[in-house]
Amino acid sequence: MSAVVKSPGFHSAEMQSMLYLNGVTKSFDGFKAINNLSLDIYPGELRAIIGPNGAGKSTMMDIITGKTRPDSGEVRFRDSIDLTQYDEADIANLGIGRKFQKPTVIETLTVWENVELALAGTRSVLRALLHKLSSEQADKIDEVIKLVGLKAKTNDLAGSLSHGQKQWLEIGMLIVQGPELLLVDEPAAGMTDHETMETAALLKEINKDHTVVVVEHDMDFIKALDSKVTVLHEGGVLAEGRLEVVSANPRVIEVYLGR
Amino acid sequence: MKLNHIFSALFSFLVLFQLQIVQAEQITPLESEADSALLLNQLVSVKSTSDKKDLINLIAGSNLPQRTRVLTAMQDGDLYYTKADEQLVYAKTHPDGYEISAVVNGEDLGVVGSRKVRKISINNELRTVLRGVLAELAIRSEDAAERLAAAKDLIRSPAPEFLAAIERAKAIESNDKVLESLNIAMAMINLKSDQQVLRLEAIEAFRGTLDSDAMSILAAMQLKDSDGNYLEKDELVRESSAAVLSEMRGQAKIYKLLENAFFGLSLGSVLLLTAVGLAITFGVMGVINMAHGEMMMLGAYTTYVIQLIMPNYIDYSIIVAIPAAFIVSGLVGIVIERGIIRHLYGRPLETLLATFGVSLILQQAVRSIFSPLNKSVSAPSWLSGSWEINGALSLTYNRLYIIIFSLIVLLLLVFLLKKTFVGLQMRAVTQNRAMANSMGIRTGWVDALTFGLGSGIAGIAGVALSQLTNVGPNLGQSYIIDSFMVVVFGGVGNLFGTFFAAMSLGVANKFLEPFAGAVLAKIFVLVFIILFIQWRPRGLFALKGRSVED
Amino acid sequence: MINKTIFERSAIGRLLLADKAGRYLIGVLLAAMILVPLCNLLMPAGSFFHIPTYVVVLLGKYLCYALLALALDLVWGYCGILSLGHGAFFALGGYAMGMHLMRQIGERGVYGNAELPDFMVFLNWTELPWYWYGFDSFFFAMFMVALVPAALAFVFGWLAFRSRVTGVYLSIITQAMTYALLLAFFRNDMGFGGNNGLTDFKDILGFSLQSDVTRCVLFALSALSVALAYILCRAIVSSKYGRVLVAIRDAESRTRFMGYRVEHFKLFVFVVSAMLAGIAGALYVPQVGIINPGEFGPINSIEIVIWVAIGGRGTLFGAVIGAVAVNYAKTYFTGAFPEVWLFMLGALFVISTLYLPKGIVGVVNQLRERRAERNATSTPEQGAQS
Repeated sequence: MSAVVKSPGFHSAEMQSMLYLNGVTKSFDGFKAINNLSLDIYPGELRAIIGPNGAGKSTMMDIITGKTRPDSGEVRFRDSIDLTQYDEADIANLGIGRKFQKPTVIETLTVWENVELALAGTRSVLRALLHKLSSEQADKIDEVIKLVGLKAKTNDLAGSLSHGQKQWLEIGMLIVQGPELLLVDEPAAGMTDHETMETAALLKEINKDHTVVVVEHDMDFIKALDSKVTVLHEGGVLAEGRLEVVSANPRVIEVYLGR
Repeated sequence: MKLNHIFSALFSFLVLFQLQIVQAEQITPLESEADSALLLNQLVSVKSTSDKKDLINLIAGSNLPQRTRVLTAMQDGDLYYTKADEQLVYAKTHPDGYEISAVVNGEDLGVVGSRKVRKISINNELRTVLRGVLAELAIRSEDAAERLAAAKDLIRSPAPEFLAAIERAKAIESNDKVLESLNIAMAMINLKSDQQVLRLEAIEAFRGTLDSDAMSILAAMQLKDSDGNYLEKDELVRESSAAVLSEMRGQAKIYKLLENAFFGLSLGSVLLLTAVGLAITFGVMGVINMAHGEMMMLGAYTTYVIQLIMPNYIDYSIIVAIPAAFIVSGLVGIVIERGIIRHLYGRPLETLLATFGVSLILQQAVRSIFSPLNKSVSAPSWLSGSWEINGALSLTYNRLYIIIFSLIVLLLLVFLLKKTFVGLQMRAVTQNRAMANSMGIRTGWVDALTFGLGSGIAGIAGVALSQLTNVGPNLGQSYIIDSFMVVVFGGVGNLFGTFFAAMSLGVANKFLEPFAGAVLAKIFVLVFIILFIQWRPRGLFALKGRSVED
Repeated sequence: MINKTIFERSAIGRLLLADKAGRYLIGVLLAAMILVPLCNLLMPAGSFFHIPTYVVVLLGKYLCYALLALALDLVWGYCGILSLGHGAFFALGGYAMGMHLMRQIGERGVYGNAELPDFMVFLNWTELPWYWYGFDSFFFAMFMVALVPAALAFVFGWLAFRSRVTGVYLSIITQAMTYALLLAFFRNDMGFGGNNGLTDFKDILGFSLQSDVTRCVLFALSALSVALAYILCRAIVSSKYGRVLVAIRDAESRTRFMGYRVEHFKLFVFVVSAMLAGIAGALYVPQVGIINPGEFGPINSIEIVIWVAIGGRGTLFGAVIGAVAVNYAKTYFTGAFPEVWLFMLGALFVISTLYLPKGIVGVVNQLRERRAERNATSTPEQGAQS
């Protein structure tokens, strides 16, 4: 039960890392989905995570967002918060937003209503019942809808959007949630080349105010992000560094790039 | 069971053989009808009590076929002789006098006036003798079951005059159960003696048996009168009886537990049968089939129809009904899958509603065709009776068979799924539909077949239920919730889980019943499952892993 | 008109202005509330406008079912919780009312015992069980009508939603819940009249239950309750809370990751729905004159689902239409062709799920859209989508 009030804007100067994973292990029926994984994301960073299928990317996201509890290891947010103690709703309210691999928006609500639901604020039942939108909040919603390029679709049902537009709407919903850390799972999946590049630009734009972790398959997209890259393999980190460095690593080529 | 009959016949033959030898030492066997007539008619002529006593012993010791009947009639005062020709007859009262028949050859002599016959008189001394020889005759009967019944009678009315007869019977008795009862009967008699040694021996003899009469007599020895003195004055006897009693009670408790466990397992087997079809349709395919209960109902009605078709072969009707019910319910299942369910894959709640509609239609259909009244389905003879293990534990055959039957069904199913090609295809489709499709498996066909299989097994369960409960249109409804509980408790998609859940719920139910009563026990089990689901939302043996999470 | 502006400014007014179907529904309900009693009490028996008392009772019964359907639509249509145990809340409300009516019988029972209801005297009980205390007071009983179902819903929902029991699993355990209650209420030891339930009621607040006036008042109260419940439900689903419910229905995980405590949102709506169902049961019992354990039967609960499905889930007015339509059909067919009714009901289940996923309301909307397209004068439809 925590309605942690977030400090908006940027992080305190003393903060060492936004997200810190150390020695995290999780196994399902003996299969180690995550094996001694360590990761350190500093405040304001844009990090890309790549890895073949089954490398443990989704499980890692599940662990960070409280959907899955690790068997062992440390998961810390903003240095001091032990994320393994919280569930999804707590963690969302602590300031971690997650975008799913498959675009999940509320299809039977309009674009505007989707963003309204995601808008930062108290999440209690009573507040929701008595909620009245302030003009400030309405402006914020309009602003975000404009940012993700869905101005013309404001009053359309989210279910009527194209695949790419749903992805953007979901990113928009993440932004109004006001998280410090954004976890974005395969945002470019199923997009046209043009949309992919626009999405990369959008994420870089978002990165100005937020720490962003992106999981992706698409190499062109990773290139466009132009960020530090972590390669996952069999539940652990195989390599880390700039894309040019990582892609020269023979182990990486063997398990992933070279295929 | 047939085999049992053969054994007992064989056994009786051996006993008979022994009996003849023993008798040879006592009395000359009677060769002809004339001899037997001679012997019997002496009953008319002898008058003194001591002569009659000898004669009774002579008849009892003979190999006359009608000896038991004659002596019983004599004891009951139904033995008369005609005044005219002094012929020995059985007499039954009749409005016009007596209806008589000849003792010697059983010839019916019609009704005669009450003045035409005279009773063979007996007195109390003779009654005692008669009781003794009759008891002996009974405990030496050719039929083991009769001997057992006679021995039990002796336990209930222990009298010193039987002692010698029991001793003689024990010497030639080879059936363990009869022997045990004879021992108990003897101990019961000895317990009444005034010699401490005999009484202590008698109490020792009870040790290891589970006879309820023995236990109550031992318990009575611990009672006190209103002044606080023990009714049993002999302290040594009392203490020894207390020791034996507690040992007997301990054993009885263990057997009671075993019996409860057996009841529980048989209930569990019924649950298993009703749930295992659901474990296929719900567990493997993810389809909520609310008409599952009606598939069982169809199986039960199939049994009924089969018995109508072959009324003279009830013993075999069940054997025919099993495959027939499988086919009937299976085909109906396939029709439901093709007609309705395949349009609703991925929409479990809608499937639930649509199949509920189907269940209503099937119920009404049965009501219209067979009338709303319950139908009686007869049980084949080999299902009745029970296997008596000892005084405290007997297992009825229908329960025993249902346990075996449910296990066979489960094993066949596991074999079908794990070892056959069809099973392989079924598993392939449920695990990765798209991949299975691209490998050339006709997924639609496999779906229909899987659903048909689950429904067919429900039909087989219906055959079993027809032997346990009323066959009526509502038969399915009373089991549907239980079967869902079993599948959910065991963990969806896991046949072993279903097995384990069915058995443990069955046993739990039966162990709760003595304390809480049947209804409350059921409520407890339901509440337990509701709470259990909170703790493990996916059941006891849920598949773990990422794939099943969301 | 002046009235209209006041109406427009009020909160309820604004709700209803956005809800054309709701306006019609409330109009019909209020009209019935006044006209039906008038036609029953004032028109002479031979008149064309006379409504016989049995029809008034029947209509009152339909309205109780409509209220129950509203309650279910709130949780199922908007939050995706398919409860197969709503009959239990209805029955509990009914029992609470029945207990009050039992106490009102007083010395007029067969055994003439002022304290104990007949069935307790029959069972040789000498004292009123503690859970019957207070039910002689009307207000206490009315409080219990809402509180008992709410408490059960709270405990059950708190456990189930916290452990994230969803979908068919939830449906199955709600069914188990009502089944367990069915078995429990069948027991004489429970002190609720066992198999026979509670019946032979005499009067309510001193008014004879047999009199036409009382029956008309009960009918009017039922109509009013449906109207008020409709407005309450509409208010709930039109609020931001309602949109969170829809979000939970369509993408539960996403809603969690947005930071909403899904279990709290579900619990609230589940409890509100249970209370409405309890009130429906309380209105039902004095009108039909009996409450017995049969009301807990799993079949009853599933029938509620079909009313909502037939009417059109997630629309609220669809639930009302479905409850009345299906029950009217039931009354008609069980009278005229009793053997056909279950075939009909079964077919309704199948057809509505296969071909009418949005129910009657969906069909009407579709027809209207088509006509609107033909007329090429498209006015954006504001009705709730399922």
